[in-house]
Amino acid sequence: MTAVTQRGAETTATARPLRTPVTELPPGIDLDRLAARSVLPLRHPGRWIATALVLLLLLNFGETLFTNPSWEWAKVGKWFFSPAIITGLQLTLAATAISAVVSFLGGIVIALGRLSTNPVLSTLSWLYVWLFRSVPLILVLIFLFNLGNLYPTIGIGIPFGPQWEVKTVTVLSDLTLGVIGLSLSEIAYSGEIVRASILSVDHGQHEAAKALGIPRGRQFRRIVLPQALRSIVPAYVNQIIGLLKASSLLFYVSLLDLFGVVQNLGSTYPTDIIPLLVVATIWYLILTSLVSIVQYYVERFYARGAVRALPPTPLQRVRSWLRPITGGVR
Amino acid sequence: MSAGIRIHNATKSFGDKRVLDGIDLTIEEGTVTVILGPSGSGKSTLLRAINHLERLDEGYVVVGGELIGVRVHRDRLKELTEKQILVQRSRIGFVFQNFNLFPHLTILENVTEAPISLGVPVATARERGEALLERVGLGDKTDAYPRQLSGGQQQRVAIARALALEPDVILFDEPTSALDPELVGEVLQVIRTLAGSGTTLVVVTHEIGFAREVADRVVFIDDGRIVEQGTPAEVLDRPQHQRTQDFLSKVL
Repeated sequence: MTAVTQRGAETTATARPLRTPVTELPPGIDLDRLAARSVLPLRHPGRWIATALVLLLLLNFGETLFTNPSWEWAKVGKWFFSPAIITGLQLTLAATAISAVVSFLGGIVIALGRLSTNPVLSTLSWLYVWLFRSVPLILVLIFLFNLGNLYPTIGIGIPFGPQWEVKTVTVLSDLTLGVIGLSLSEIAYSGEIVRASILSVDHGQHEAAKALGIPRGRQFRRIVLPQALRSIVPAYVNQIIGLLKASSLLFYVSLLDLFGVVQNLGSTYPTDIIPLLVVATIWYLILTSLVSIVQYYVERFYARGAVRALPPTPLQRVRSWLRPITGGVR
Repeated sequence: MSAGIRIHNATKSFGDKRVLDGIDLTIEEGTVTVILGPSGSGKSTLLRAINHLERLDEGYVVVGGELIGVRVHRDRLKELTEKQILVQRSRIGFVFQNFNLFPHLTILENVTEAPISLGVPVATARERGEALLERVGLGDKTDAYPRQLSGGQQQRVAIARALALEPDVILFDEPTSALDPELVGEVLQVIRTLAGSGTTLVVVTHEIGFAREVADRVVFIDDGRIVEQGTPAEVLDRPQHQRTQDFLSKVL
């Protein structure tokens, strides 16, 4: 009996809408008149409150930059362009730039080795990556700087045949050793980046290049690498920025890079430690920012053809905002 | 500008699966041959074997009197070096189902890339490339990138790219299968204009209407073997074998 009444209740329920409507059409309102007006977008008051709070904290911190005398901005200004700092900066730049180029080219070689069908080449490349990804960079560097003890002379020759040798200490300067150390470790990582990116290029591209009879070297240079570079660039710039900072490890093998100079000056002028650290921080920020700007344009270059239309650059955007003000001049 | 094709005992397995099971096929020069067959029948593999994108386990392919991908060595067939194979492939055009245009190059660069890499002067290659793009109806788009074009336009570029090497033979691997229905016609139209030009065309397709209209020969393949072949009228209208009849009744 109860079952019957329930079923009866259900039938009456289905006569109405299945769920309560979120909005109802209010009676007596001419909707068509409202259709002509612009729709009010949803406001997000919570976001505004959160933004205000964050800004407040930031302003508080910003204030201390001016009010806290320990920042000693005058000293920051004094040290910023001092010859010692600039020399350190140059060494940082040189070590990073050379290692970045060497590591990129070396990375291509390791990647091609790992992708090779020749088992000896692919195994050796794999071993290389395994070794240098396993050993901390600082260890590699210190090993290299003791190379003179380990191998007083270095040379090459045919086993059991003629040999050519030189004294280790005379051929390899400290900077060369530093760059070699940074590169050895970096190549292991960039090799994997390049390999992953080559694998990500559609198989059809290799096949089309083959079907057209394009020679092998050119297949790689013109067809595969440019497409791989699209994903290599962001990953590799990450590596370069890592390298820029890893170059501060050169200090431990007695090379005076930016960090090394700051460290040295800090022990000579103990009262200036904070301003010196600020100087180093600002310089690293500047270098990284420059690298990021270059990255943006390089990425854009390799994105050609990948999207239907490239978005405008920030510069182009600013120019188009300014156009109404400048009246389209220039 | 033209060459016949002779395939003898083409045999190929992927693991345990025998995709080509001793195929013999002769294609006269300058003709249009359409290869039909259910999916997985081996028709694409056969087409790819003609320009040695697929190495045969046994058998050989001769195009224009030249062994493709192999040479005779001590009473065996031995694979050529990659360099030699690439030279042979440059005389055999290939059009892919998914176009495989180079997305980072403009469509003119797509067309001129192979000729330039093989030593044609850049200016000549560009001139010829522009003429070819004109011929497939894309003369006004030379600087566009492939992804800015419709599928039908991309496939027409791919055909122009294959033509740029002035091949003796052009192989089409389901050239319209990746296209929206309304774009199929423009691609078939371009292939149709090539039919009379003397170049040997081999087309794997499911477009029965196209086969009936353009093909000189139709070859029906199933399970890695040729079930039957003949003129379109013979194979499409009066198929002798049950398997051909079943296939046609499904696609028509």
